[in-house]
Amino acid sequence: MTLPDLWFLIIAFLWTGFFVLEGFDFGVGMLHKVVGRTDTEQRVAINAIGPFWDGNEVWLIVGAAGIFAAFPSWYATWFSAMYLPLVLLLVALIARGVSFEFRGRMEATRWRQTWSWSLTLGSLLCPLLLGVALGNLLAGLPVDSTEEFTGSVTDTVTGYGLLVGLTLTALCVLHGATFLAMRTTDVVRTRAQRAAAVAVVPAVLLLLAFAVATPAVSGAPALRGTVPPVLAVVAVLAAALLVRAHRDGWAFTATALGIALTVVTLFANLYPNVLVSSTSAADSLTVTSAASGAYALQVMTIVAVVLVPLILLYQGWSYFVFRRRIVGPPTAEPPDPAPGPSAPLDEGART
Amino acid sequence: MSDLDLARLQFASTSIYHFLFVPITIGLGFLVAVLHTMWFRSGNPDHKRLTKFFGTLLLINVAVGVVTGLIQEFQFGMNWSAYSRYVGDVFGAPLAMEGLAAFFLESTFIGLWVFGWNVLPPKIHLLTVWLVAAGAAGSAAFIMAANSWMQHPVGYTVDQATGRPELSDIGAVMTNPVFVWGYAHVLTASLVTGSVLMLAVSAWYLRRGQHAEVFTRSAKVSIAVLLPSIFLALGVGSHLGVIEATYQPMKISAAEGQWETCQPCSFSAFQIGGGNDDQTPTKIIEIPHLLSILATGTWNGEVQGLNELNAQYQEEYGPGDYVPNVFVQYWSMRVMAYLGSLAALVALWGLWLIWRRRLPTARVFLFVATWAVAFPFLMNTAGWMLTENGRQPWIVQGLMLTKDGISTSVGRTELIISIVVFYTIFLLLGAVNVYLMMRYARRGLELEEPDEPPVEGEPRVPALTF
Repeated sequence: MTLPDLWFLIIAFLWTGFFVLEGFDFGVGMLHKVVGRTDTEQRVAINAIGPFWDGNEVWLIVGAAGIFAAFPSWYATWFSAMYLPLVLLLVALIARGVSFEFRGRMEATRWRQTWSWSLTLGSLLCPLLLGVALGNLLAGLPVDSTEEFTGSVTDTVTGYGLLVGLTLTALCVLHGATFLAMRTTDVVRTRAQRAAAVAVVPAVLLLLAFAVATPAVSGAPALRGTVPPVLAVVAVLAAALLVRAHRDGWAFTATALGIALTVVTLFANLYPNVLVSSTSAADSLTVTSAASGAYALQVMTIVAVVLVPLILLYQGWSYFVFRRRIVGPPTAEPPDPAPGPSAPLDEGART
Repeated sequence: MSDLDLARLQFASTSIYHFLFVPITIGLGFLVAVLHTMWFRSGNPDHKRLTKFFGTLLLINVAVGVVTGLIQEFQFGMNWSAYSRYVGDVFGAPLAMEGLAAFFLESTFIGLWVFGWNVLPPKIHLLTVWLVAAGAAGSAAFIMAANSWMQHPVGYTVDQATGRPELSDIGAVMTNPVFVWGYAHVLTASLVTGSVLMLAVSAWYLRRGQHAEVFTRSAKVSIAVLLPSIFLALGVGSHLGVIEATYQPMKISAAEGQWETCQPCSFSAFQIGGGNDDQTPTKIIEIPHLLSILATGTWNGEVQGLNELNAQYQEEYGPGDYVPNVFVQYWSMRVMAYLGSLAALVALWGLWLIWRRRLPTARVFLFVATWAVAFPFLMNTAGWMLTENGRQPWIVQGLMLTKDGISTSVGRTELIISIVVFYTIFLLLGAVNVYLMMRYARRGLELEEPDEPPVEGEPRVPALTF
């Protein structure tokens, strides 16, 4: 395997990790007003991801910085082409990022609901826009032989990009629902399970469309084009059964697998291109043409090999520390022991 | 305004805004870790109240700092794609390392710290806050290494086929003298920012006579950190000036508005007029030899004039104007240096009051210390304007001009839309942030009663923080 190939793999890994982890944060953001009717219930939902969301978002930062470092042309062309959608994405990321911190700082209902809406909409737009941007890599953008984007803003929303965006958004909703079912109790948990059961339907339908559209767009053989998304459908259907059986940890594992397979499908079908040119196949950016020099890639490989296991270790540890279900506000009376002691998470729920 | 001006305006605005919050994260992060350590060692509940109180101020600012940092990362590709394509081989590596080595650490452990009260064993919990501080300080290291490469490119070779610089020596990039001294300057400036902020909040409480004992303690801690950091920041900054004068002589000559070569060179306290079209401003209070000392570190050092440097550059790089905006250079340098000196005086004044045991009742000092909160933000902004404006017209000194770095595919309408969007968000975030900080500072401490110890045998409930 060449160094550029290795870095393509590392970047695919980072983006997959991002969607598996931040995917449920997006889902919880979209669902916290659905599973939580009262303010306390909404807070329980938000606090379920409280300790994790910030660390999860770094996967996106590193995913983008990794592309910048390993494939500068890919980063430059992709980001400048997707200018206005990325401005909107930044607005969404900012809106939801500050909502976590601002929402609980004042008591007033209007204040809290303002930030709740900002969290909901921000969490909805992020996977949608990122999906469109990722889908475009495969569907193709008008790029000339100097690697410059030659289209306008209307060229940045392709049909396939939109399908990828909607698929990822639906998967994030489902993933967030299984996460909430795993980390909460009582009524919030029940509502999360119900939300998961409903969210399975659009997720499966969109994944099926994705499974048909992807090989058609990429022209890749079935092993790369059809098999992974079909496996994702299987994982999502398995999640539906597991939710019904109240096996929350396993259901979450299944949705994590489903979302991971979807992102893997995208990168597997993209290779050996990194950004397809819709005007001329010869102008497509490839793993080889966009890569940085050997020395830069070697240095970063060493850094990644040393640090990534360490990061997985301490992020994994933070999930282990907060493995208990959220039971209620500590400022009120001590948690009511009636619904039974907080159950530890099922095994296999580690991410 | 040209498209280039708009793109520069956007990058400058978002960077300056982002860097209002970064030094708070680094400086206040360190101070909160100190307070937490004091509580860990003494068990004094006042220390815990202070830790939680300033911890919350820290968290509000971290949130804004993190999200505005996202704009910075995306903007290289969005607005400066020609630059990104040209330098990514060298410039991208420290950025990726920043994420892997620092951002992950900071963001994961901040979650553990915030939600770890009563969940983690006290020793481990203390460790998490120090790892947050280390992550924050570490992230600045990598971004400064990247920025210093733009000021003084090292450790690269130019690829013959593509004409692009390629990384050839990461060690040289990470030991770039502009980086080593620039990073030390950023760290000390951040400690100044954090400690001035803590001092200002403490002084505000002391003026109102609330929680006098608790806030006298935090005032003392902040002065203890401020005093060494401000003198280090001044000293390191002064040496950084000498280094920059070596590699970017334009930057320093423009900061004095020195058009003709001089030896020895004097420093003017103020000037009336001046700028790129006025080479003979009226200089007020000229201090002999001071510019020689600042630029060369010697009593009689020679400083090349802008006209001579411009002629040299034209010979080396072809026709063009290589003089940065002199007005901005001259005044940003003075705002930074004068406010820095004032902050040093405040720190010494505070030390004297602590020594005379009069700090909690020194009304004039407490008034000044409260309003001194503006100093570090003005100083930090001026410092960045000095550094980045002084690099112009280069985006990478000697390698690429700023005008050649922009995204040609991004049109004027798109630039105007993004600028309007970012400015709107910044105004909103700023207003909410200041409002929350003031509101919180006003009522915060009463609510922070010491927690009851967890009951044995019962599961520890994670704090419902958000």
